[in-house]
Amino acid sequence: MGRIGERFAELEAEGRKAFVAYVMAGDPDFDRSLEVVRGLPAAGVDVIELGLPFTDPMADGPTIQLAGQRALAAGMTLKRTLALAREFRKGDRATPIVLMGYYNPIFSHGVDRFLRDAKAAGIDGLIVVDLPPEEDAELCLPALAQGIDFIRLATPTTDDARLPAVLRNTSGFVYYVSITGITGSAVAEAREVGPEVARIKAATDLPVVVGFGIRDPEAAKEIAGTADGCVVGSAIVARIADGEPAEDVLAYVAALAKGAHAA
Amino acid sequence: MDDLFNSFMAGPDEDGRFGQFGGRFVSETLMPLILELQRQYEIAKDDPEFWAEMDALWADYVGRPSPMYRADRLTERLGGATIYMKRDELNHTGAHKINNVLGQILLARRMGKTRIIAETGAGQHGVATATVCAKFGLQCVVYMGATDVERQSPNVFRMKLLGAEVIPVTSGRGTLKDAMNDALRDWVTNVRETFYCIGTVAGPHPYPAMVRDFQSVIGKEAKAQLMEKEGRLPDTIIAAIGGGSNAMGLFFPFLDDREVRIIGVEAGGHGVDQKMEHCASLTGGRPGVLHGNRTYLLQDDDGQILEGHSISAGLDYPGIGPEHSWLHDVGRAEYVAITDKEALEAFQLCCETEGIIPALEPCHALAHVMKIAPGLPASHIICMNMCGRGDKDIFTVARAFGFDMDGPVGRDAG
Repeated sequence: MGRIGERFAELEAEGRKAFVAYVMAGDPDFDRSLEVVRGLPAAGVDVIELGLPFTDPMADGPTIQLAGQRALAAGMTLKRTLALAREFRKGDRATPIVLMGYYNPIFSHGVDRFLRDAKAAGIDGLIVVDLPPEEDAELCLPALAQGIDFIRLATPTTDDARLPAVLRNTSGFVYYVSITGITGSAVAEAREVGPEVARIKAATDLPVVVGFGIRDPEAAKEIAGTADGCVVGSAIVARIADGEPAEDVLAYVAALAKGAHAA
Repeated sequence: MDDLFNSFMAGPDEDGRFGQFGGRFVSETLMPLILELQRQYEIAKDDPEFWAEMDALWADYVGRPSPMYRADRLTERLGGATIYMKRDELNHTGAHKINNVLGQILLARRMGKTRIIAETGAGQHGVATATVCAKFGLQCVVYMGATDVERQSPNVFRMKLLGAEVIPVTSGRGTLKDAMNDALRDWVTNVRETFYCIGTVAGPHPYPAMVRDFQSVIGKEAKAQLMEKEGRLPDTIIAAIGGGSNAMGLFFPFLDDREVRIIGVEAGGHGVDQKMEHCASLTGGRPGVLHGNRTYLLQDDDGQILEGHSISAGLDYPGIGPEHSWLHDVGRAEYVAITDKEALEAFQLCCETEGIIPALEPCHALAHVMKIAPGLPASHIICMNMCGRGDKDIFTVARAFGFDMDGPVGRDAG
């Protein structure tokens, strides 16, 4: 079992919900980003989602898009993103890191070389937004063969007929996208999310965490309560965009984690 | 039977691939819609009623077939090959774009969709979409890069007159690529009632094949018209390429006529050797994944997408339709690049010799005709696609020629 599986097993044993935090690698620059990432576990983050900057993030709203632009402007690349993960790993062997991004930088790097480099950097899982099950041969299957989890997004448009195809090669956990839309836009409603999570859980033994549209500790608590955990991204990234120092960003992350863990 | 198995017209396969190109690289939210679109398109494609409706609209609303015109003075001036122009600039709305829009909107109506979104670069696809939406009483939202909104203001006003909402896109550099990103974001947000009418032979499967099929009316007509006028097929066919829909429409029916030389002309901007100062994906890019398909892209070493440059907003896109990438790699079509300067020279020559004010996009095709025609005999027939008219470009061209549009009428600023 990899770090992701171990982490969810621990959480289950403790009866706690998972709190997953997303930050863009290299936002606003390498050093300040590393400072935030290093502080995430102590702030209560169970799984780190590390954004891989891309010029054309089609599933993301302005907050994440601008974070990517800041990171790229500061010289971030795929190689430096992996370097950031490697630096983090020197001080933390337990917290899982999921790399989240788009396929082209990975394809450009070369899939086999990428998987080797990602594994060496201590990356545990991948979320690649523009690789649906129809394109599993591209990266999903090679990643699974290397022991890197491939975490799939399930969405409100994933109907019962399609769900088995979405779950088939998914590992680590299932990421339920609570809204139809882009990151940081509409607000997720727990009463709508609950039945959807139940539908997915009936079809898989994997943990289900919910993301998109969770903006504050109360929402984190409410949404995490409907599932095995929740993800917050844009709300954290917005504070980095405002130029808040790492300690203030991390204090806010701690509040979100507290909310999720109270569920 | 060998020919059947070696056809260049068999693609894409069931996964939407032309060789390694194409595919369905989209988020899960969109995937069920894309599969449904594919299913509905397969049904419509085999339904004679669907095509009867298309044919009637093409004839009475668009004005098809567009003429096949022998450009005698241009031929004489260049002193070589005989030059024909496929006059798709005479279509309603002034370009080839409406051929495809009609097909997609009829499909949207069959699917019960009430809201149409589109991206546009030069504004021709946006105008065509707004036009057909007005005709059928559908809500229309057009995403257009803020840079393009500025340089194509006449088309922005046209879209507004036609009742469309034009949303200027400020992300990135504010051109076609960014407009497509925001259209995809809109689609992912409003999936259930919205139909995304893509303007070129790119995007996730089935768009590249579907748009090609709708645009193939150009090549089918061209073939029949040249058979009638010349009793044979042309020796060379030439079209400009941004995403590549007018070119794919002309090329496709000729792909298995191996004696016909096929040339696609990309936008060379300030020159392909100048980094990022062009939009020639095939000449200056490498394979990557963007906007739902794998294709040749302008990108840096890290796989980040580069912004290109072209004087023509309609060619200002860092990618190209996946079928062109495949035709390039298998060698069935040749792809060349023409600079802004060469395109402007073609613009001037076309106005002067033929009394046709062309759009800057087909000027790229014409500029290549100017290069090769003089070295060919009169018996060599070239057919180029005059895919759009130049009304929208007069401000850009005036600037390039140093003509003061705001000054006293008819007076040269330079």
